[in-house]
Amino acid sequence: MRETFTKGMARNIYYGGAVFFFLLLVGLTVDTVISSPKRDNSENITEQVAAGKRLWEMNDCIGCHSLLGEGAYFAPELGNVYTRFGKSTDAIKGFIKSRPANGIPGRRSMPQFNFTDEELEALAQFLKYADGIKTARNWPPNIQG
Amino acid sequence: MKYKSQNVAKLYFIAAIGLFIGQILFGVTMGLQYVWGDFLFPALPFNVARMVHTNLLIVWLLFGFMGSAYYLVPEESERELYAPWLAKLMFWIFLIAGAATIVGYLLLSYSDLAKLTMNDLLPTMGREFLEQPTITKLGIVVVALAFLFNIGMTILTGRKTVVTLVLLTGLTGLAVFFLFSFYNPDNLFLDKYFWWWVVHLWVEGVWELIMASILAFVLIKITGVDREMVEKWLYIIIAMTLITGLVGTGHHFFWIGSPDYWQWLGSVFSALEPIPFFMMTLFAFNVVNKRRREHPNKAATLWALGTAVMAFLGAGVWGFLHTLAPVNFYTHGTQITAAHGHMAFYGAYVMVVLTMISYSMPIMRGRTANNEKSQTLEMWSFWLMTVSMVFITLFLTGAGILQVYLQRFSDSPLPFMVTQEKIALFYWLRELAGLVFLIGLLLYVYSFFAKGREVGEIKAVPEAA
Repeated sequence: MRETFTKGMARNIYYGGAVFFFLLLVGLTVDTVISSPKRDNSENITEQVAAGKRLWEMNDCIGCHSLLGEGAYFAPELGNVYTRFGKSTDAIKGFIKSRPANGIPGRRSMPQFNFTDEELEALAQFLKYADGIKTARNWPPNIQG
Repeated sequence: MKYKSQNVAKLYFIAAIGLFIGQILFGVTMGLQYVWGDFLFPALPFNVARMVHTNLLIVWLLFGFMGSAYYLVPEESERELYAPWLAKLMFWIFLIAGAATIVGYLLLSYSDLAKLTMNDLLPTMGREFLEQPTITKLGIVVVALAFLFNIGMTILTGRKTVVTLVLLTGLTGLAVFFLFSFYNPDNLFLDKYFWWWVVHLWVEGVWELIMASILAFVLIKITGVDREMVEKWLYIIIAMTLITGLVGTGHHFFWIGSPDYWQWLGSVFSALEPIPFFMMTLFAFNVVNKRRREHPNKAATLWALGTAVMAFLGAGVWGFLHTLAPVNFYTHGTQITAAHGHMAFYGAYVMVVLTMISYSMPIMRGRTANNEKSQTLEMWSFWLMTVSMVFITLFLTGAGILQVYLQRFSDSPLPFMVTQEKIALFYWLRELAGLVFLIGLLLYVYSFFAKGREVGEIKAVPEAA
């Protein structure tokens, strides 16, 4: 780099740039959080949904599935599973409940978690709530997730 | 080695390499599970293997960063480490806590681990990469703060260089942004939004500062170039990292329920994120070309140049490939993401830690550079690991393009599992490349013990005629 571009100038770009763009990120974050109830389906977060989220976390579902595209890519996307399963929480519960304990020979299979009926309902309600989040362009692109 | 306390880095590097081996063993296991669905099921479900694979990566990279800091900070600051005993104590605490957590993942069901560690008191578990029990997370905070204190006191009471100040900024950011891992609201959108404040602001923010400063240190040592020039580059590289990367966080906000402006902001700023990586490549080659000394450690030079190139390809090129919102609409959460993740982590962070190890380990073992045989083997392991990682990335990219087409782009989209079966060939090829990577890694470990002809000392480069 040329002598006319000094270390002092480089340092100022670093400090100035870092501070400016961090504050911009903070500002945008404030706006995003304030306007979030318009899109985040939070009016439907019941105690049951919260319990479902906890179960989702305590069984590390994200270690195989993706939810709104984030997670692992070993098993189907679940951000729209409620729609994919014909808007039926019973179908979701039935699927989780019927997984064979020892898997399916040669194929990927979801473990049998032995959830109680109450837990199954909470998980299904959580997935229904997640499906209700208004994502841009109604992501995922189609019903297959 | 100029200061005795630098030697503590050796412990950290040995642990890092040990955990690296574990990470890759779980990696090839998962790769097999992709095509042999019930391999080790239900004893080792995929989600557990994945958690071990990714958590080991994070932990060994942290060991690598800490070891690097303990090695380079005394030398830069021209004084002994503020508290070498604290560095040793924290090493054992971190290693034992890390090992206990991994053993917990493997021996208990994840939900039992959550109950045992009383996740209900402060639920933080079960989110990607942040699967650690809350108590482990608290342990990480304690270790990080003690480490930061030790490094900070050494830097602030010694000679201050741009390298150490950038490193300190990066390490402070690492500790501060990790605190967002304790925020886990019931609101899924807010949970996801602030989860990225850990994940993105780590790997596409402050970790890049750490990486750039480690690379700058090694390049100064190997090439003997004017520090002034290196420091100018370093400032401008990290300036570009933060100018593009902070608002670039927006590329993760496209499809989780954020306002539409993130589509534009995320696309534009993250499209610029390759710039600092490209500058790092220019910087590394420039500095090596202008070297004033011939360092006998050829392997370390190879790793340093390799880091700059592979970080640009993995993080820069493969990141750009799917970062524009209209493209990401189709590729989000597919094997394209996996392809990018593999080469970016390897190219940027794995390789920079291996660069530092390559440079400093021989010195800590009492020589300027390893013997010829050892260096030759190390360079073979460099090529085996790097080329196989390129192929892992290419095969996953092939799988990803097909997945996107079959499942999302075509007029009659197929279900996820049907698509997965159709692209199995690419997963087999990826697994083969993964096995080659493992061979490269084993060769790397072996290279530390190889005996051979000793190499000479550092020589000055003769002035050009």
